[in-house]
Amino acid sequence: MVKEIERAGIPVVHMCTVTPISMTVGANRIVPTIAIPHPLGNPARTPEEEKAIRRGLVEKALKALQTEVDGQTIFD
Amino acid sequence: MKLELGYIYIKDVQFGAKSEVKDGTLYVNKEEIQKLVLEDENLVSCDVDLARPGESVRITPVKDVIEPRVKVEGRGGVFPGWMHKVDTVGEGKTNVLKGAAVVTAGKVVGFQEGIIDMSGEGAKYTPFSKTNNVVLVINPIDNLEAHDYEHSLRVAGLKVATYLGELARNLTPDEVKVYEHEGVLEGYKKYPDLPRVAYVLMLQSQGLLHDTYVYGVDAKQSLTTMINPTELFDGAIVSGNCVSACDKNPTYIHENNPVVEELFAQHGKKLNFVGVIITNENVYLADKMRSSDWSAKLCKFLNLDGAIVSQEGFGNPDTDLIMNCKKIEAEGVKTVIITDEYAGQDGSSQSLADADVAANAVVTGGNANVVIHLPKMDKVIGTLDYVDIIAGGWSGSLQPDGSIIAELQVITSATNEQGYNCLSAR
Amino acid sequence: MAYKVVHYINQFYAGIGGEEFATTEPAKIAGVKGPGMALNAALKAAGAEIVATVYCGDSYFAENNEDAITRVLALIKEENPDLVICGPAFNAGRYGVACGQVAAEVKEKLGVPTLTGMYIENPGADMYKSKTIIMETKNSAAGMRDAVAKMAPVAIKMLKGEELGSAKQEGYIPTGIRKNLFENERGAKRAVDMLIKKLAGEEFETEFPMPEFDRVAPNPAVKDLAHATIALCTSGGIVPKGNPDHIESSSASHYGKYSIAGVNDLDAEHWQTAHGGYDPSYANADADRVLPVDVMREFEKEGKIGKLYDFFYTTVGNGTAVKNAKKFAAEYAQELKANGVDAVIMTST
Repeated sequence: MVKEIERAGIPVVHMCTVTPISMTVGANRIVPTIAIPHPLGNPARTPEEEKAIRRGLVEKALKALQTEVDGQTIFD
Repeated sequence: MKLELGYIYIKDVQFGAKSEVKDGTLYVNKEEIQKLVLEDENLVSCDVDLARPGESVRITPVKDVIEPRVKVEGRGGVFPGWMHKVDTVGEGKTNVLKGAAVVTAGKVVGFQEGIIDMSGEGAKYTPFSKTNNVVLVINPIDNLEAHDYEHSLRVAGLKVATYLGELARNLTPDEVKVYEHEGVLEGYKKYPDLPRVAYVLMLQSQGLLHDTYVYGVDAKQSLTTMINPTELFDGAIVSGNCVSACDKNPTYIHENNPVVEELFAQHGKKLNFVGVIITNENVYLADKMRSSDWSAKLCKFLNLDGAIVSQEGFGNPDTDLIMNCKKIEAEGVKTVIITDEYAGQDGSSQSLADADVAANAVVTGGNANVVIHLPKMDKVIGTLDYVDIIAGGWSGSLQPDGSIIAELQVITSATNEQGYNCLSAR
Repeated sequence: MAYKVVHYINQFYAGIGGEEFATTEPAKIAGVKGPGMALNAALKAAGAEIVATVYCGDSYFAENNEDAITRVLALIKEENPDLVICGPAFNAGRYGVACGQVAAEVKEKLGVPTLTGMYIENPGADMYKSKTIIMETKNSAAGMRDAVAKMAPVAIKMLKGEELGSAKQEGYIPTGIRKNLFENERGAKRAVDMLIKKLAGEEFETEFPMPEFDRVAPNPAVKDLAHATIALCTSGGIVPKGNPDHIESSSASHYGKYSIAGVNDLDAEHWQTAHGGYDPSYANADADRVLPVDVMREFEKEGKIGKLYDFFYTTVGNGTAVKNAKKFAAEYAQELKANGVDAVIMTST
């Protein structure tokens, strides 16, 4: 799906847990996330901590969107 | 380790005043089973029904299928960690009610309970159209949390299977199968010239509703480890999961693991069956990396020449499968992987979520997206209320005439990835 | 005569002439012509007959494609055939492409089964192998007898409505379309047998050859984030409570587009997941864990991003055919583009 968005000319960042799949299917900007059932959260933490984690991850995604890449890149 | 499996063939199942096995017929006392199930305070009702091969019967939503077994000689008892204390099983004698099965059904837990049809098109695909089934239709108390309900259902099935298995304790088996497995060194001395092969058994462990238990332990909390192949035959591995019906491994298939059976069949002939490596399919990438590293490491420790890797489920577990395959091959160990496919309803789409050139020997259980038409059955055990929402169904899957149009996914064990069936794809 | 067959060939096989007659326009003759004779003889036993032969010059077909295919289809349709056979084209490039296109369009538009034949390296093979059955032939007309011997039995099976065997069994070029079948042995036995062969260094046949994945070059980075419109998309199945559009828990047949204008937080009261592939409790309790609307709103207020796009697009990745997922995204990517979205954050579970 990311590839089709990219193909349409819109830069896209893929936030996902299983980055190897993202690599295989051909996403170019990839940000690894926490876990499959809660990629952008962690129910084990307090709501405040969880929000902070999510902010951090989305910031990373925005950073990825502002970064020029010439091939598949994982933003750890 | 030597295990003798005594098969008592069951050709029919009937209700009776007393639960017993007589002349190949399993008689079950309904009230006793209900009482047993309702010991659990979380469950309010349990209907017991029977379904035999060839009948116009549909069972849905199916959660698990379990084969009744009893340990008659040797350490421990069947389903260790659940029905018996934790003690190593896999040695001695175990009697089996072959041809009988306990099926748990009832209100849907996740999205992924399945359908068993005892006749018609659907019966061709599910192995459980060929067993005489004791079906438990269970209802929980109001507002029982999903995970607790899943637990209650799982235990209910194991209890009833153990109860029925007990009926076989003093029977003389119709057939005895002997499975003997040497230690690593002894095996090597005995078969120095045969290729050394292990089985890497991947267990679904993605979350509370997608779990598998080994001696009562949730597989996601374990590192990749080893188990004697005969332990599986005593119920060491129990399913607790709601992955799509077609490719989750019900407890019944763990008890009858076909790869273990086939490797035993060639043990000492064309290969030396070294053992079973069990690994998980977790949701964290670090876990996936660690577990697959560990599988490859164990393959190397064992000086293997070859390994068969079987998957459970699909989607992100495709990555666990490919990682296992790639890393094991990188150790110089040749692999064959068993999976199934999601190639779209017309078969023209990509079958797996992940791929690698190392996976050059693949056995497939078929395309789970294929659309099938299941005729109306005279009798439904359970309820058709969930047909439209189970995985593989869609809004409108249930037709006004009572037939069902849905993907093969909905059929319990249709595309089993332990290679239980003959279905494949090209 | 139980079955009517129409044969499609080029100007050369129709006896009009070689390259200098390649501009011949579509035409039809009754009965058989050229290679049709051998085919017809082989089909007769099954009660089938070639009733007409439609032909067209290779250059005309290539250069006036729309006109040519329309006319060829019309000529074929008049005969109301039970099967259309094209070629074989061997390694003739333009002829192979024409055979492939005629076969593919007859099948698609007229709903009539079709069969063609060509050499594996003919460009028409790769273009049309998923759209019609293409028998693999030798690379020149010297292989005509062999081609007819292969094509006729498959043609008869198609006429009788019988299911074709695998590409290998029948001799056609693999269609790339996966078809279920029952083997004689169960999967576990097949796996052990395959491993024994692989260990012995013997030849074995995988049941699923690994696919190759295509790649798209990355787009340039977003220059001015503070004025950019960012859209959220997900394959994690986040939907309004109650799943109003009934997005399937697995093998989704469609996607959803939902407004988040004025929404600051995806709370449990209004949002849930439709995804059946993972434990849904966490996403149901707080859908921001999958689709981070809450923090995107904060970034918007802080001026870090220009605007969070008013809609998000969602589907369930679980068991959904890659082809469908591609189609969904290709569709909504156009909408995003038309509505001035500068970048997308896609989340997956």
